[in-house]
Amino acid sequence: MAKGILLTNGDIYNPFTDTHITGSILIKDGILTKIGDIKPSGNEDEIDCTGKIITTGFIDIHVHFREPGREDKETLKTGADAALAGGFTRVCVMPNTNPPLDNPESIRFIQEKSKTLPVKIYPIGALTIGQKGVEIAEYGGMVNEGAVAISDDGLPVQNGQVMRYALEYSQKYNIPVINHAEDVHVRNYGIMNESALSTRMGLTGNPPCSESIMVYRDLELALLTGGRIHIPHVSTKKSVDLIREYKAKGVNVSAEVTPHHIGLNENAISDFDTNAKVAPPLRDISDCEALIEGLKDGTIDCIATDHAPHTIEDKEMDIQHSPCGMIGLESAFGLSHTVLSKNNVSIETLIQLMTLKPAKVMGWNMSGFEIGKQAEINIINPEIKWTFTEEHISSRSKNSPMVGLEFNAKIETTIAGDTIHKQK
Amino acid sequence: MGVLSRKHFIGLEGAPKEDIQQLIDTGFMFREVLDRPIKKVPSLTGKNIVNLFFENSTRTRLSFELAEKRLSADVTNFSASSSSLNKGESFKDTIQNIHAMKMDCIVMRHPVPGSCLQLTQFVDSIVVNAGDGTHEHPTQAMLDMMSLYEKFGKLNGLKVAIVGDISHSRVALSNIFGLITMGAEVTLCAPPHLIPVGISELSVNISYNIDEVIEWADALNILRIQRERMGVGLIPSVREYRDYFGITQERLQQHKKEVVIMHPGPMNRGVEIDSSVADGDQAIILDQVLNGVAIRMSILYNLLGGAEKEANNG
Repeated sequence: MAKGILLTNGDIYNPFTDTHITGSILIKDGILTKIGDIKPSGNEDEIDCTGKIITTGFIDIHVHFREPGREDKETLKTGADAALAGGFTRVCVMPNTNPPLDNPESIRFIQEKSKTLPVKIYPIGALTIGQKGVEIAEYGGMVNEGAVAISDDGLPVQNGQVMRYALEYSQKYNIPVINHAEDVHVRNYGIMNESALSTRMGLTGNPPCSESIMVYRDLELALLTGGRIHIPHVSTKKSVDLIREYKAKGVNVSAEVTPHHIGLNENAISDFDTNAKVAPPLRDISDCEALIEGLKDGTIDCIATDHAPHTIEDKEMDIQHSPCGMIGLESAFGLSHTVLSKNNVSIETLIQLMTLKPAKVMGWNMSGFEIGKQAEINIINPEIKWTFTEEHISSRSKNSPMVGLEFNAKIETTIAGDTIHKQK
Repeated sequence: MGVLSRKHFIGLEGAPKEDIQQLIDTGFMFREVLDRPIKKVPSLTGKNIVNLFFENSTRTRLSFELAEKRLSADVTNFSASSSSLNKGESFKDTIQNIHAMKMDCIVMRHPVPGSCLQLTQFVDSIVVNAGDGTHEHPTQAMLDMMSLYEKFGKLNGLKVAIVGDISHSRVALSNIFGLITMGAEVTLCAPPHLIPVGISELSVNISYNIDEVIEWADALNILRIQRERMGVGLIPSVREYRDYFGITQERLQQHKKEVVIMHPGPMNRGVEIDSSVADGDQAIILDQVLNGVAIRMSILYNLLGGAEKEANNG
């Protein structure tokens, strides 16, 4: 029998019950064995957590791991490594792989491939066959194999009638419907946010309303059908306003925001930096403020990274041909804390936005620190200045405009079962 | 590095007034050379320049080549179709190949905004932007300003109107940056949907009425209406554009003031400009072409160290 691990002297915070516990945590063979007053037996490795916060592993409901099809960008294994490096012990993978996850067999493939990984991987099934936006996929079969939601993420569902069918049919399986909210015609090949800056750079702009038009349509359809809509990576003030309005009406809507949409604005792309090219694009600073306000008042439910790995070759192309997306798992907590702490959001609230809240969006009933279950634990240093570098990236891809930024809190250790990741 | 404040010539956004004036002044010096029987000077002997064109161009490429040859530089031309870029051929690979040939200067035209700036990350050579997509075309704006300077003896206080598809024009953007820096007033005249968002933040006026603009302006810079933009919802028809924005002889005759007519070419005669206007006394279109060679000589000369050498000697 392996030696146990004893976490001592830390401030233990359970986001699911919003309680602080004093005491220690004992992990044996990757299983959370005891929590509270524990006397060392001498058969444990002790980790002194003085000044640290011990909390549960994070949940990211929006990542792209590229397997199957583009294993040169990321695999389930390297994606899991990246997740651990960012403090995530559960992630939901989007189905825009090649081929897409649009049938029960492909969902089973993800389950089989990720069984032995320390991070729990939950597949999201495609909303339509081939993600073509025309025919709805086999939601029943996919859910039966373990799909936790449906989405054509990356490809907005343009046909409102198809979206209506999805919002209706999915109710039988009680899963959220996630639609990448962009009207592709209004988006008009936009490379960045449409603004005076895009004009100065000679780049086609993607106006904020390309998103809010689609958000409005989906909210109306959710109102009509009673379906469960989840709006991913909200990027504009107008979208936040619409979601707030429809939440007040009682529509079954949830929403997420990425760390990069609150922490960066369009100026990040002003040197034609392809790493800052992302869909939806980085917006105006006033949008960042509205998104933070939305997080604070609960209009936006949770934080999700939209971790989107791309090869160096892809990102060394010119700005027009380079694909959209940036990785985000490793920098998620540091960036979010740096931004939100300056906006009077407590670290407890932030931890909830990355644990309890995403679990709620997915409809998962969790209580945190469950005895007898696989350990999912983060040890956070809440007060440390550090610079995010490529060294901290475990993903197979390095496309991050966050490299070089300074953060003010850090996840130092993440435990997922018998795997322990210590961040550099 | 020459006497300019920047190593490369990527765009006129943020370019200091002194640089622009220096280039124009040197431009007139070379203009004088072009009037000589032997139109060649040894300034850039031994310098290697490659003209790297990823997009079709006749005028700009020819103008650069002439400028380079008249400065006695060694010139190489490389034309790659933009379709090969779309096929995923690595931009970096192509560039590094060129770079391995140890060029002193790369003159590049590319269909994508920002590509010239990106190029500077991959090579040590001096980079000159010969047009990067819908972003900037700074040498065109320089020749336009030189031509205005030649005509009016100043740029400060001059009223210049740019007429046509502003949204898709690198010529317009570079002219705006340059003219505003030099103290000119600029009015943009176009159908409302061809004026990009937020452009008024660049201190320009906007008008949809060509007659008012002609009345106001000292000079009109008329942009080519690209035929591929017609019939795809941007410009309803040739006759409609001509009726509301075309520079016709009849329209000019309604105004007492003699307005100077410019066009970067190639022209669509009978669409944005009438033949009689293009060939008339008010037009300085052919002066622009000649000044184009002179100003490109000036730019290359100032960037590639010729000016510095002489300054040190003096």
